[in-house]
Amino acid sequence: MKLLRLSSVCAAATAAVVLSIVTGPRVGGQAAAPPSLTVFSKDGRKTLPLTVNGDQELVFLDDLASAFQFTIRDESFGTFTVAYKGKTILLTPDQPLVSIAGRLVSLPAAPTRAGRRWLVPVEFTNRALALVYDARLDLRKPSRLLIVGDLRVPRVTMRFENADPARLTVDLVPRTNSTVAQDNNTLTIRFDADGLDAAVPAIQPGPLVQAVRVLDPATLAIDLGPRFGSYRASTQPLDTSTRLTIDVLSAQSPSQPAPPPPAAPDTQPPPLDLSTLNPGAGGVRTIAIDPGHGGEDEGVKGPRGTKEKDLALAVARRLKAAIEGRLGIRVLLTRDEDRNVPLDGRTAMANNNKADLFISLHANASFRKTAAGASILYASFDREAEQAARASLGSERLPAFGGGLREVDLVFWELAQIRHVKHSAELAMFLEEQLHDKIPLSAHAVDRAPLDVLESANMPAVMIEMGYLTNDEQENQMAGADFQNTLVQAVFDAVLRFRDTMRSGTP
Amino acid sequence: MPRRNLIIVVGFLALIAVVAVGIAIAVSRWNRGSRTPAAAAVTPPVTPGRRIKARLFYVGADGTRLAGVEREVAYGEGTVEQARQIVEAQIAPVTEPLVSAVPPATRLRAIFVTELGNAYVDFSRELVMGHSGGSTDELLTVYSIVNALTANLPAVKSVQLLVDGKQLETLAGHVDLRRPLDRNLAWVE
Repeated sequence: MKLLRLSSVCAAATAAVVLSIVTGPRVGGQAAAPPSLTVFSKDGRKTLPLTVNGDQELVFLDDLASAFQFTIRDESFGTFTVAYKGKTILLTPDQPLVSIAGRLVSLPAAPTRAGRRWLVPVEFTNRALALVYDARLDLRKPSRLLIVGDLRVPRVTMRFENADPARLTVDLVPRTNSTVAQDNNTLTIRFDADGLDAAVPAIQPGPLVQAVRVLDPATLAIDLGPRFGSYRASTQPLDTSTRLTIDVLSAQSPSQPAPPPPAAPDTQPPPLDLSTLNPGAGGVRTIAIDPGHGGEDEGVKGPRGTKEKDLALAVARRLKAAIEGRLGIRVLLTRDEDRNVPLDGRTAMANNNKADLFISLHANASFRKTAAGASILYASFDREAEQAARASLGSERLPAFGGGLREVDLVFWELAQIRHVKHSAELAMFLEEQLHDKIPLSAHAVDRAPLDVLESANMPAVMIEMGYLTNDEQENQMAGADFQNTLVQAVFDAVLRFRDTMRSGTP
Repeated sequence: MPRRNLIIVVGFLALIAVVAVGIAIAVSRWNRGSRTPAAAAVTPPVTPGRRIKARLFYVGADGTRLAGVEREVAYGEGTVEQARQIVEAQIAPVTEPLVSAVPPATRLRAIFVTELGNAYVDFSRELVMGHSGGSTDELLTVYSIVNALTANLPAVKSVQLLVDGKQLETLAGHVDLRRPLDRNLAWVE
């Protein structure tokens, strides 16, 4: 779980991160020595010490400054700046946000002082520094590797079966060519790459293979044992990867060829069940949950005194625990205490953290005390809003994570949801189907409305009205753990369905 | 002497009062003129006794939708004046079985209609202060007014609610009031 959380906070997380997650534990396992970040560039490798604080991995800012040739300057009000070739990044102690040319970028943790030095989360490199730096910066957090520039460093996963024949299976993402050659008692595998993001499995020395080791940044070596007779290598392009299978046969091995290498990754048991450990593949890595109201804004108050703001927060916390604990998806709460957050601030948090779903939790009120049942709402837009959205603001070339520039379509902040309405409707439908028969639903279970908090969400977004606090019976029901757990389970199931649908590409 | 002094003081106060009222009227007309791009109701041309039939909207039986009810509303000359009469009728207290979706004591402060058919309806703060806070209630409040104007007046295409002369984000945290809203009969049963 810890590793998953680590991977999910990585801003540059892509579907390819899967393999990093797989290699992560082994790399971590090997690096029992003090943790360090390897900076890999055309000029070679450098290691910078890391400080681990819970889930966070922090690096000294002055170490980064000397590696990347930037300067650190103290500014007024305790803030400080990082300056690189005329561009600056403004940092504030205790604020997990940095400002780059007026743009706010979030970090998983705030800069902290360690004596006279500043510590920043490693994500500072790919989230902030990458926006001002000349070359691409690719942070492979699970491997504690930072790749500078356009180097080819495929992620490598290896599996070794010490049988006869002994088989080494090497998966490379992205696809990478290789050549295998025998040199006396060693097989060398040279990859068409600048380096390898690899975890080499520790193997028991056997009669066929003694060891597998890294020979140079892009070459692996297999040390052969006394019973070695011959070898067979085959390469197979898979979807986004290349699978290299090397069979080491003994001198007495039967002459018939070994079974061909597997046709697809699923035909052999994968090292980990990626379907449950790969939230990224479904396009749902982060979910923002928005407990409505808060602080002075109590929302609806039931006749027995139940407050909407408290109910929404209680359910939001349960939902966060369920989704994070069982799905491994990062969950952000727009508030985790009894305080009011402006509506724009709620979506800003979701947008800035690139949440893939936004779920706002509320309790309802009706002028008629008999009204009962939950409903799910998603945004609607009137003529004027749609006209404004159509009057495109055009696009602009902006620095991209990892360096370089990217063409970005500009949309009105308060109309960002327009592009996601179709998926919001699907999520609403899934929620209705999951909630049906479990908790009371309103006669109008799915509705559309010009809801402020959903309109600026730049991701599929819904509001769940859990029931009517103005209804005596519903107030009692909603305050109970049974109702809340049932609701959480149904929302969890709907999120799972939505993720799977997105993953299969047939939403 | 004291009596004479008293007369002078009273006379002086009366003069101040007359001047103040005059200034107030002038300022209010000037304001209204400047903020009314198209049709401004400078004088209320209401024909006494004449009434029209209008469809007004109240909380429906299940409390989650509005119900349209045909009622008699005072006739007003021109779009703006008729709009004023419709809103006044819509926010007026009603008795069971009708239930109003507008908080009691809410007053209409002003109403403007632009050439494009956007109506701006300015209410007193009771519209916000007296609100229960749920999204259903909020939607019913907003759409009872939006629909009452757009369903009865072809010249009114959309409606934006103001409170105390100012644009506001929402009434109770849900419905976006920063733009004019179109008629929406999905909220009518």
